[in-house]
Amino acid sequence: MMNRMREYLLRHRSLDIVLRLTAIAIVLPLVAATPIFGAFQPFNGWLTGFANAAIFVMLAIGLNIVVGKAGLLDLGFAAFFAIGAYTYAFGASAYSGNDIPFWLMLPIGAVVTAIFGVAIGAPTLRLRGDYLAIVTLGFGEIIPNVLLNSDKYTLGTNGISGLDRPELPIIGVFKSNEPWPWFILAIVLIGLIMIAADRISFSRIGRAWEAIREDELAAASNGINTVTFKLLAFAIGASTAGIAGAFLASKLSFVSPDQFKFSVSVTVLSMLVLGGIGNLWGAAIGAFLLYFVQSILLKQLNEGFKGVPVLGEIDFLQLQYLLFGLALVIMMLRRPGGLFPERRAARHRAGESKQ
Amino acid sequence: MVSPLAWAKRNSVLLWVAAVAIAFFLAVPPVQFVNALTLGAIYALIALGYTMVYGIVELINFAHGDVFMLGTFVSLSILIDVMGVTGPITNPLQLAVVLIFILAVTMGLMGAVGFLIEKLAYRPLRNAPKLAPLITAIGVSFILQNIVQLWKGPYKTNFPQFFPMDAALMFGSVRIGLINVLVIAVALILMIALQLFITRSKTGRAMRATALDPTAAALMGVNIDATISRTFVIGAAIAGAGSVMFGLYLGITDFSIGFLAGLKAFTAAVVGGIGNTLGAALGAFTIGFTEVGATVAGFSRWKDAIVFILLVAFLTFRPNGILGSDSSDRA
Amino acid sequence: MNKSSPVLELKGVGRSFGGLIAVNSVDLEVAAGSITSIIGPNGAGKTTLFNVISGLYAPTRGEIMLNGVVLATPDHKTEREALVWAAVAVTGSVLGAVAGLAIDAPAGLAGVGAIVSSGGILLAAVARPSWYTRLCSRLGIRRSARPNDVVFLGVARTFQNIRLFKEMSALENVMVGTHARTEVGLFDALLNTRRFRQTESASETQALTLLEAVGLQKQANVAAKNLAYGDQRKLEVARALASQPKLLLLDEPAAGMNPAETEQMIELIKSIRDKFGVTVVLIEHDMRVVMGISEKIAVLDHGEKIAEGTPLEIRSNPRVIEAYLGRGAATGA
Repeated sequence: MMNRMREYLLRHRSLDIVLRLTAIAIVLPLVAATPIFGAFQPFNGWLTGFANAAIFVMLAIGLNIVVGKAGLLDLGFAAFFAIGAYTYAFGASAYSGNDIPFWLMLPIGAVVTAIFGVAIGAPTLRLRGDYLAIVTLGFGEIIPNVLLNSDKYTLGTNGISGLDRPELPIIGVFKSNEPWPWFILAIVLIGLIMIAADRISFSRIGRAWEAIREDELAAASNGINTVTFKLLAFAIGASTAGIAGAFLASKLSFVSPDQFKFSVSVTVLSMLVLGGIGNLWGAAIGAFLLYFVQSILLKQLNEGFKGVPVLGEIDFLQLQYLLFGLALVIMMLRRPGGLFPERRAARHRAGESKQ
Repeated sequence: MVSPLAWAKRNSVLLWVAAVAIAFFLAVPPVQFVNALTLGAIYALIALGYTMVYGIVELINFAHGDVFMLGTFVSLSILIDVMGVTGPITNPLQLAVVLIFILAVTMGLMGAVGFLIEKLAYRPLRNAPKLAPLITAIGVSFILQNIVQLWKGPYKTNFPQFFPMDAALMFGSVRIGLINVLVIAVALILMIALQLFITRSKTGRAMRATALDPTAAALMGVNIDATISRTFVIGAAIAGAGSVMFGLYLGITDFSIGFLAGLKAFTAAVVGGIGNTLGAALGAFTIGFTEVGATVAGFSRWKDAIVFILLVAFLTFRPNGILGSDSSDRA
Repeated sequence: MNKSSPVLELKGVGRSFGGLIAVNSVDLEVAAGSITSIIGPNGAGKTTLFNVISGLYAPTRGEIMLNGVVLATPDHKTEREALVWAAVAVTGSVLGAVAGLAIDAPAGLAGVGAIVSSGGILLAAVARPSWYTRLCSRLGIRRSARPNDVVFLGVARTFQNIRLFKEMSALENVMVGTHARTEVGLFDALLNTRRFRQTESASETQALTLLEAVGLQKQANVAAKNLAYGDQRKLEVARALASQPKLLLLDEPAAGMNPAETEQMIELIKSIRDKFGVTVVLIEHDMRVVMGISEKIAVLDHGEKIAEGTPLEIRSNPRVIEAYLGRGAATGA
């Protein structure tokens, strides 16, 4: 019975994703409601935290397509995140005078960031892969710089506040102090992104990406237009960041350039490397774990060691980026596949059972 | 004998750069011209390390800019905490001794840092998939930034101004700061020394051979590991000299300068033709002129973005740089 | 197909790298359905010739025709293409800015519009629609077919130093091979359409058939890197066949194989020709293979074709013997 169910889910991966996420959506709030977790922070705090972590999960899944599937190193992923958020700010805020609904801004944000991805990828993707890394690194630095300096349009370092929030018929406008709608919305978005990423990965397109990652020259000699497919990966990854950006902007109701610094790009990359490059769920779990190390564990260590000699004087929050850097290096040296490596050999195909 | 026209055609970009430099010289005040050269000299010192390492192992060493940044802090700490230098030194002999000492020590220490980074982070990954060393490099860069941030705090720190900043040479009515002369001279001396080292010494020959074909070089008895290690050491040491010059010239530093400085130096390496040490110098001066030009034209806020556009433009239209040949690899 | 018209025709094809001439003016005709071998000492330019035919390098001179259609010519004024890109990007930005201002959007939105539309047009340029190709040809830009175009036109190849997608399974490797003959878009995959499912299962069935044809059906789910050496070579052949080529280029298919495996490979090549009706051109050092299956042999030396003929003719050609054994050997001195 268990085996047959497992086999069924292997052939219906979208359903598998929906079931797993439903389970997560039920289990996480239950866990947060237990007294142990309540000791750290109140239930609503946990739920808000989950929704914030979800933003990083989305980013990690998007970056996984670019880095994990197509093997292109994007070091400026935060730039696309920023573009998504600012697109939202221009499309749906009192400041801009436009009030496009959130639900429409999601696809708009995705398309705008995808096109930025193409614009930045097109000149460089024809060249060697490492040039892409440096150009994206520069792009990640320049976009916040441009946002900061175009203060006429972006209000510079002050940022744009008062962005519109999502609205649904029965629930009404989402409120910042009511975490439930945000939590559910986050899970739904992750589900959609995961299903999309999974379906593309297990198609002709995903195979083309993997072929390019394994051996670009052989991929071209097997009929794959490597430039087009690399651009496609880049654009799809960017659009995921665009969706995450729109979600963040509407959730905080505020955007400013320093939300999208280089450290965000490195954080997402660390999440991916920790979770397992190429593995959808690995990326998601890596993002979730690191987010909680970052926003809960280190904070708790600070609280916990208050007054303790030596340890109490360390600001653990300050250590976080050092830890991420170390995580990148150590994982690459010791466990390049991540904590949850892509399981390749055991991978089943839809038609296998037909024979 | 090559006809002048054919020569001009082959070196059109080089001529173009020369023309731009001359136009720049005529358009801006001489002081700005010297500032551009000085800035270019500092970028050149960083760019050399990028281009050498890329030439030999085809790795963009993202940590290089942060080695430079670390160099500024190491040298200022030695100056203040060890040597007790905080203010200007007027005695020329004493000044020369302090200068040479701090240059030598910083170069040595940064060389050691370069050695350690290569040995611990890059060497184990030499045969790993291409992505692995790049990710490690960005990790090392991040580690260095955060170590310095923990050590010195996230604030701007003053560099001891022991060099007389108001001393100047007069050429008629044109006044050129002695500091500018110093930075340019140090950069030129190191560049010439490096060029001689690469072309004349045994290690230099081994480096060139390894860059061309590591397997063949190994078969001819070149110790690949040692050669690569030395390349990192030399590149980092020259960046260390750049740190001291940067500190003296701008008088201030913070933990995040390595990022942009590295990006610009890498742009310089690409503009000049990556893997080419002469090209790196040429590219660095191009960046210096671009930045100062942008500032003079009133776009100082946009100078970083302009340099980035320059990088993308070169990668699009002339990926092999000013001095590179025009054959882009399609494979 | 008309027997008299060749599948592949090389007319004075040459390729040089800087001053080094790797292939110098080679003429060759390959008849439909034949097996042709290209032999020659190391460094004779055999693999370079394959790389030119398969689009990895553009020829620096001459022309390659596939079934009477030009496949490759020297690149001409390709640097102008970058200017086209720049012009396209600038036009896009201006159009976007004008459009933004026209609808009286805030300036920021107009700027975003400018970048977005220029990006969109750049995307179009990368996808090479017909207007773009026409614009290029009007500017005198001529570009040799790229490797993926060559595959689409019906030429597939294998590599001397096996280049499989190591981490992917044998089945997936062959499924990548079907890439040029399938046409499933992004939205088909996203929406899991009927067309998508049908194409996927058709690709898979075809891949399984090909794996069976080369005798690897049992290893379908084994990662390519874990296959035995001889099986890796076979897998590469299956992958190449998956693009339904008219012409199959095999670069040293029997290199590194033991006599038994070589024998199997000879049978495989013959059966492929008969079963799939492809024309085969192969580079090979192993004379048992060459003499055993070739209908025609072309001999390259220092980038020149020095002889061409049936195995019998080649065996007794003095220039060939000289090329292989050195001057004097041919006269039996």
